[in-house]
Amino acid sequence: MNYVGIDIGSTASKVAVRGEKEIYFVLPTGWSSKETTQIIKEKLKAEGVDVQSDNTKVVATGYGRIAVDFADYVITEITCHARGGREMAGDNLGIIDVGGQDTKVILVENGMVQDFLMNDKCSAGTGKFLEIMANRLGVTLKELFDMAQAGTVLPISSLCTVFAESEVINYIGEGRKREDIAAGVVDSVAAKVAQLSQRKNLPKRVILTGGLSHSEYFTKALSGKIGQTVEPTEKGRYAGALGAAILAEEKSK
Amino acid sequence: MADYRKMWEDLGMDVETHDQLCAVLPQAFGDVYLSQENRPEGMDYYNMVVADIHGIRPAELIEHQKKGGKVFGTFCVYVPDEIVFAADAIATGLCGGSQFWVPGGEKVLPTNTCPLIKASVGARLDRTCPFFRIADMYVGETTCDGKKKAWEILAEDVPVHVMNLPQMKRAKDVQAWAEEIEDFKKVVEEFTGNEITAEKLAESIKLINAKRAALERLYETRKNENIPISGSDALLISQIAFYDDPGRFTQMTNKLCDELEQRVKDGVSVFPAGTKRIMLTGTPLAIPNWKLHNIVETSGGAVVCEEMCTGTRYFERQTAETGTTVKEQIQALAERYMGINCACFTPNSGRVDDIIRLAKEYKADGIIDVNLKFCNLYDTEGYFVERAMKEAGIPVLGIETDYTDSDAQQLRTRVSAFIEMLNK
Ligand code: SF4
Ligand code: SF4
Repeated sequence: MNYVGIDIGSTASKVAVRGEKEIYFVLPTGWSSKETTQIIKEKLKAEGVDVQSDNTKVVATGYGRIAVDFADYVITEITCHARGGREMAGDNLGIIDVGGQDTKVILVENGMVQDFLMNDKCSAGTGKFLEIMANRLGVTLKELFDMAQAGTVLPISSLCTVFAESEVINYIGEGRKREDIAAGVVDSVAAKVAQLSQRKNLPKRVILTGGLSHSEYFTKALSGKIGQTVEPTEKGRYAGALGAAILAEEKSK
Repeated sequence: MADYRKMWEDLGMDVETHDQLCAVLPQAFGDVYLSQENRPEGMDYYNMVVADIHGIRPAELIEHQKKGGKVFGTFCVYVPDEIVFAADAIATGLCGGSQFWVPGGEKVLPTNTCPLIKASVGARLDRTCPFFRIADMYVGETTCDGKKKAWEILAEDVPVHVMNLPQMKRAKDVQAWAEEIEDFKKVVEEFTGNEITAEKLAESIKLINAKRAALERLYETRKNENIPISGSDALLISQIAFYDDPGRFTQMTNKLCDELEQRVKDGVSVFPAGTKRIMLTGTPLAIPNWKLHNIVETSGGAVVCEEMCTGTRYFERQTAETGTTVKEQIQALAERYMGINCACFTPNSGRVDDIIRLAKEYKADGIIDVNLKFCNLYDTEGYFVERAMKEAGIPVLGIETDYTDSDAQQLRTRVSAFIEMLNK
């Protein structure tokens, strides 16, 4: 048997396979979740996993979960992230997931989701914000982080992406160092994520998942703002897909 | 559907813009309501009322005006309808629940005003709702800051009487409210030219009590293990209660309750066994705001109760019918109305007690605390609500939303995740 978890996020789609095969891959979601879903199906087939066979169980999650028409179950990213997070760090933990569109905080107690929180419509404190700012500075996300590490924080006070962007434009206009602006951008995302997280009583152990989860620089910034350690995770971006694959197995038993 | 264009034109409405609303409403209603399975037959009446929402009832109100009667438009469950009906006038709710009216309100109000206020002001100023045109006088209240200022804007376009609602609940505040009702009585008497006698007032207290009793009976059926009616349907009835003819509404609702009680006896439920029972608390859901109920009930949940002004805050507790003088009757009204727990009061711990009590009575598995965007009062009070629910061991999800559909997907994710959490 193969158990497939497909997490269609707003910017990246993640796939995890468990069972006979052990596969992880990620691809950009692009314009259409439907198309991405087709590509995933073909990619899996090339790896020897036929999503339509009786020997394969599929759970779809993430913002585009409805587009996965071959899924056996559709489960929200909260439940899947919690399951994936448990696999990575145990049954009692807090998970902070900074996604492309949403940032979420999930509290897991004795293996169960106890409470969760998602950011409102605003994109500040999400990957979207970083993407917009990196574009402004004419660099990639990776370069943004590399630059930030070499800079000192220039404060960005606005909590709204649109206004924050004009602050950044002002800094560029003033001829400030790009490294310092980059440091300011990362700092402001950390501040917004911390603000959201602090609305809940975080347990002792907290991990970061999502596209930034492997960044020690970001977890450090975040830990400083929250006042407790937030651990980076190696495969954190796959937390949702992994959780979905595990749930596929648990559900079919 | 009868042709009401002439009537709308005579009301001075912007008929062309109004047509846009008429074009989308049936679709929205069909999607949310007519797609439900196993609906009670008694819902036919309410379907009809909504289908001709800007036709049948407005025509009745106009008929009443032709005979010399007056119509009062109200915006809050603290305003006593009893006084209005005792003067042979009609009270009708005027709360806007659609995004359609919001841009009109935004022309004069700050963007960060709650959508309920924006929609209500927009419906009046844009002349796109017959009820807002028909009402001879609006009755406002000093509840939240947004409404207080909105009355001043509306008063430039239509006669407005504002009732000074106390913000605390000490004995002297109840007294002050009795005096406000007394003043309101004088205003209504003068405006209608009809005297409000003890006899008349006794009659209207009975009339409104009967309506509340019918709603209470309806909600009672939702406490059962087998839920005979969907939350969406119950919400619709609560919304219609604000503007339908009270006598007929009571009769039709009681008729529906006969059917629902039979369903309970027969063990009929409109939800599969084990569906999680959700109670909504918070700001009002004015017609046609059905968004959250629809999301909950198409995401594997059942709404069993609304601790809202379109819900329990409207009908719980009766006015004592023992008063024989107008003074005694007004005292009874003041006491009944001051028993409502709205976040515009401080402190308002009674509301938290209500929520815990209702959660038990309706056997709620979880609570969704709903806040209309920019309603500072309910948003702030959410802090106490969430904390008290935690202490009581009742899972709670806080949601902030407006009248647009742009957050429907995000809301669906949250609500589904909440229900998955309850299902563990
Ligand atoms: S929420 Fe408060 S102010 Fe608004 S209608 Fe209800 S009682 Fe009145
Ligand atoms: S929902 Fe809040 S802000 Fe809006 S009218 Fe009611 S009390 Fe005022």
